[in-house]
Amino acid sequence: MTANTDTKMKLRDLASTIRSKNAGVDHITFDVIFRNPRYFEAAQGSDGLTAERVATVYRIQPEDIVSFVAFEPAQAIKFTIRRRRPSGSPGEPDVFGSQMYPPLFDIEIPVPNPA
Amino acid sequence: MRLMSPTGHLGFTPIEPGSFESGLAAKPDAIVADSGSCDIGPYPLGADHAHSPREWQMHDIDLIVRGARELGIPAIIGSASDTGTDRGVDEYVEMVREVIEREKLSPVRVAAIYSEVDPDVLRGVLKDGVTIAGLNGRKDMTPELLDRTARVVGVMGAEPIIDAFDAGAEIVITGRSSDSSIFAALPLRAGYPKPLAYCLGKLLECASFCAEPYMGKETIIGDISDDGLILEPMHPGQRCTPASVAGHAMYERIDPFTETVPTGSLDLRDIRYEAIDERRTRVTGANFIEAPTPSIKLEGSGKLGERALAIMGIRDPITLSYLDDVIAFARRKVEDRFGPAGQPGGYELFYHVFGRNGVMGYLEPVTEITSHEIGIVVEAVAPSRAMADEIAAMGSRNMFYARLPEVKGTAGGASFFSDEILQARPGYEWTINHVVPVNDPRSLFRTRHLTLG
Repeated sequence: MTANTDTKMKLRDLASTIRSKNAGVDHITFDVIFRNPRYFEAAQGSDGLTAERVATVYRIQPEDIVSFVAFEPAQAIKFTIRRRRPSGSPGEPDVFGSQMYPPLFDIEIPVPNPA
Repeated sequence: MRLMSPTGHLGFTPIEPGSFESGLAAKPDAIVADSGSCDIGPYPLGADHAHSPREWQMHDIDLIVRGARELGIPAIIGSASDTGTDRGVDEYVEMVREVIEREKLSPVRVAAIYSEVDPDVLRGVLKDGVTIAGLNGRKDMTPELLDRTARVVGVMGAEPIIDAFDAGAEIVITGRSSDSSIFAALPLRAGYPKPLAYCLGKLLECASFCAEPYMGKETIIGDISDDGLILEPMHPGQRCTPASVAGHAMYERIDPFTETVPTGSLDLRDIRYEAIDERRTRVTGANFIEAPTPSIKLEGSGKLGERALAIMGIRDPITLSYLDDVIAFARRKVEDRFGPAGQPGGYELFYHVFGRNGVMGYLEPVTEITSHEIGIVVEAVAPSRAMADEIAAMGSRNMFYARLPEVKGTAGGASFFSDEILQARPGYEWTINHVVPVNDPRSLFRTRHLTLG
């Protein structure tokens, strides 16, 4: 347990970019980009930004998340979810998938304090 | 070889002329721009309508044609008129003609490469027992799916574009094309390494999106050599940094490591980004994995029905507390007349509740309404215009008449922005997102050569 030396921080304060956008017509992809390597590492921890937490936040099944990876060159965590209907179908609210990220803002992640 | 990328979606918003002029002054070897995107939804492809205003398309084509002719360099415009249909290619060719004639430029050889695919051709492929595989978890193609599809385009790779230049073209207008392929075509033709050629396309496809700070429609120049790529923005306020370029490499795709084109996949797992100076970044380490068989991605859209909208609002806190009951009451009234929604060949009715989950729909985690008012867009899709109008009217007006246990008013549980049914564009759906194996990556595409001016 490292809880005593961790500070809980919200994803909105850890990441420099949090965005969502279509990836083709059947998926919405999310990019969370970090400038601070310490924050990027914390977000990759088991209490960090995980597929399980994302599924819980969006109330979707884990199998709806078709890809969840860390992309080192951009210090980013990227995940992609399958849409229920293709983009732009009647009843679909966001044709670009561009306003799907805000629920990520308040995810709390423990960040180890610098030694 | 240095390629100039002035816009990520030609015509969607006009190109910024300042950095475009700086780009020309830097003497690039070609100008390349894509004009398409699936992001605009299935309507423009299915109905074969341009999504961007003709004036803006003309604005961008004018800049590119005059710039390319002034420098004596080739130009490629991909995915003509947003969707890359044959109509789009023909319209873009006519716009090029208009510029050449208006500006009295010397004659120019143009190649128009068409990418619409006749559904009967695909029916034949299926009949031959070939699997047209569904992408991203979709089921494989069936004749029934083709019956529901109004229009199909194939997404071309670099091969037909290279052929067009080999045949003497100076300006190439293409139907639907993959972003990375239109940029890869000239470097591949000149013999540069395949991984770098496609990687250049991947990074240049959205022009200034690979630079920081964020700006749209500003010009970027990408320089390809045998050892790597160098990216440089033409707007004095932008920088291509390792972080900005890497951030763009993963933009709008399912996973950040691969990009598929007809002959294989770009593999970015070992990619490296390094700053040359404050404004330029070098990219190395791309790989390309050849596919055993070439394949062409297909995009198709089919009509679901006519569509009508009504806009209304609710302010009454009692009505708001019973909102789901109010919507259910209105839905029941529609069902009494037309039967249940969502039946084959029937109608669909949607309530977009802004102030609750109008933006995110079923992905919205917040369930409680905390605002004093909400807005509702009622959306009806039905086989006929009259029926769509009637369902939108019934589905909205009955929110007015909903019978609630504690209601204090009479016939007025909702407000109407105007008591008016708005006729919307027909509803379409992406029916096809599939991939067909081919013997030759050129086989689905047709090229017409002409001289303009």
